[in-house]
Amino acid sequence: MKPELSDGRDARGSGPDARSLVIRELTKEYVRGTRVLDGVSLTVEGRGLTAIIGPSGTGKSTLIRCINRLVEPTRGEILFMGQDIAHLRGRALRTARRRIGMVFQEYNLVERLSVIENLLCGRLGYVNPFAAWLRRFPAADIARAFDLLDAVGLGAFAKQRADALSGGQRQRVGIARALMQGPDLLLADEPTSSLDPRTSVEIMELMVDLAGKAGIPVIVNIHQVELARRFAARVVGMSGGKIVFDGPPGDLTDDHLKRIYGGEGWLAT
Amino acid sequence: MVGDQRTWERFTPRERMARFAVYLFVVAAVVVSIRTIEVIPEFFYDAPEQMADLLRRMWPPDAKFYPDTVHGALMETLHIATLGTVVTVFLALPVGVLAATNITRSAILNQFAKFILVSSRSVNTLVWALLFVAIFGPGALAGIAAIAFRSIGFVGKLFAEALEEAAPGPIEALTAAGAPPASVFTKGYWPQVQPAFWSIMLFRWDINVRESAVLGLVGAGGIGMVLDDAMNLFRWHQVATVLLAIFAVVVLAEIVVNHIRKRII
Amino acid sequence: MSRAATDPTNRRLPGMSWPARIGWLALLAYSIYAASLLDITWARLLIGLEQGANFLARMFPPDFSRWKLLLHDLSESLEIAIIASAVGIILSMPIGLLAARNLLPDWVSWPARMLIAVCRSFHPVIVAILFVKAVGFGALAGVLALIVASVGFIGKLFAEAIEEISLKQVEAVRATGAPFLNVIIFGVMPQVLARFIGFSAYQLDSNLRNSTMVGIVGAGGIGGTLFAAFQRFDYDFVLAILLAIIALIMVSEAFSARLRATFQ
Repeated sequence: MKPELSDGRDARGSGPDARSLVIRELTKEYVRGTRVLDGVSLTVEGRGLTAIIGPSGTGKSTLIRCINRLVEPTRGEILFMGQDIAHLRGRALRTARRRIGMVFQEYNLVERLSVIENLLCGRLGYVNPFAAWLRRFPAADIARAFDLLDAVGLGAFAKQRADALSGGQRQRVGIARALMQGPDLLLADEPTSSLDPRTSVEIMELMVDLAGKAGIPVIVNIHQVELARRFAARVVGMSGGKIVFDGPPGDLTDDHLKRIYGGEGWLAT
Repeated sequence: MVGDQRTWERFTPRERMARFAVYLFVVAAVVVSIRTIEVIPEFFYDAPEQMADLLRRMWPPDAKFYPDTVHGALMETLHIATLGTVVTVFLALPVGVLAATNITRSAILNQFAKFILVSSRSVNTLVWALLFVAIFGPGALAGIAAIAFRSIGFVGKLFAEALEEAAPGPIEALTAAGAPPASVFTKGYWPQVQPAFWSIMLFRWDINVRESAVLGLVGAGGIGMVLDDAMNLFRWHQVATVLLAIFAVVVLAEIVVNHIRKRII
Repeated sequence: MSRAATDPTNRRLPGMSWPARIGWLALLAYSIYAASLLDITWARLLIGLEQGANFLARMFPPDFSRWKLLLHDLSESLEIAIIASAVGIILSMPIGLLAARNLLPDWVSWPARMLIAVCRSFHPVIVAILFVKAVGFGALAGVLALIVASVGFIGKLFAEAIEEISLKQVEAVRATGAPFLNVIIFGVMPQVLARFIGFSAYQLDSNLRNSTMVGIVGAGGIGGTLFAAFQRFDYDFVLAILLAIIALIMVSEAFSARLRATFQ
């Protein structure tokens, strides 16, 4: 049985829609005069995982968060499914956000709620407040939640409180929550920075696997270069708020890394 | 395994029944109360207009009234609050010690002390004031006694809780070394509960300032008496002055308490 | 003195530090000064104690003969407390949410904070008197006064609790495209609901205590009967009333403990 969402859409996301995300001349100044993002332009389409790498403070996180407007861009355009998200407000913005799922570095689960309630957060854009208060979600949503829990390997944890889970388990829930939205794009802001190396690999594998099955692109902001090389179909290197590298991981040489991160001593020869 | 659709219930049937029972009870209580209570509907609808009328009559406040009468009464109120708080130390601490289950092992004494604490809290300061005005006659003495007796419950309960949270280690060490009970208290418990004690006393003093302001309404001294007189004579501008003065004193007391708390605790 | 402190054979334990000693002395001096200001002499105290003994004798045994009146007035106090708590709790939730500085812009939270501050500033009795002057004697004034007290208390604590929550959880819910209310329900409320219920239970208890005495100024309930009994020197009836009040409060404390258990 093909899982269908309560709003009737096919859970596997949009079909062969070509240009999903186009970022043009995106600029962000937290403090006037200091540009954290400096005229960044980027196009992401199709499936596959795009990894954004770069030193701390170079705007990787800001870039990701501008896409779903958790951070307000100062200038520029972000075209998603034909609309310019950068200038949406109110209901239109919320509608756009429903189409974008996000995984956070510190999981950001609602700790006092159960795992399944956290998953159902993903459908909050589709239910009215009364239903939310009474936890009356459509049966299809609940069924889908259980399916996703199985897919991330946490089928037995549905009723447990989120704060009873380990870090790796919480991030799985985070991924499942994002996918519950049935999004057309998956963002991840340093999803593995709080996890040990082995769990990090598991999480990256999970994201690649599930997003691939859903047919949606993933944009990950990551600082472990090895993970980027291993899982990304495309690597974007940033330095000083600008993109200085854009290509497949195979093309990523030490010279490129030097330009991105600066310094030499940290590179293994 | 089960069928295709898996379901999720937030509460077990038993939990749901319990919650429903509680909701039902609460709603029933509210509905019964509304139907039984004697409120004249016209007065209810009239209320906002009447409130506005009252406020209009109070404006502007009578400034001259302050130095004449209000200031002295305000000072008296502060003295009542402070002396009352000081007196309650001597009353509440022993009761608190009796109520602490780790110091007083006798269950009977514990219950007795707890009863004293609950009674003290159940009787409102204003009622204590009525009692003491009947005993001591009108004036500040009744007010001080009322404040002191009402505070026993508050201070005693929190103090007992602080004592029960004291670490047993130092106590055991002292008793094992053969120290007499008084020393065990002053050297073992007191250093641990001292910060909590000061915090409790400050907290209660703040509340007592508020309470002292109204005791005069039943004759127990302080600014309440000025307020009562002004209202009975319908001198609304003076009433406004008194209310503002009380407001100012309460705010000042809170600022003082916050300041001290930051520096000492 | 320094020799004594460093002398290893000195067995005296250290006394209070000098600041503490000065503090205690100042307190003692103040007490004596204030007492004299207020005309409190030993004579008055002794007379008072004798009067007190008299008084206690007249109070025993308690006079329950007018139990119908007692029950009626006590019920009115209970009703005042219930209605005021219900309305107060319902109002406090949105007002507290609006007053939280981390959820909404300043131009929304400041008026709400001001409202809560005003509600808190005045003793419930004073508020009751004002309402009596405005809407007349009776239970309505009492209900309105206690609603104000409830909003002031619960509103302040609730707003403070909200300001302490983790905003990361809220951010994640926002990112799913949920409307504002849903964000509150799933992101904020789970973090603060338990505390809100605690505050509400405490306020219900507090309202019950206060409702028994707003009657003293004419705002309904058993306070009025109590006051009248005092004025008529009916001290044995006074004791009956006091015992009834204490019993009511003890029952309600037990009840609210049970209520909290069900919801947590």
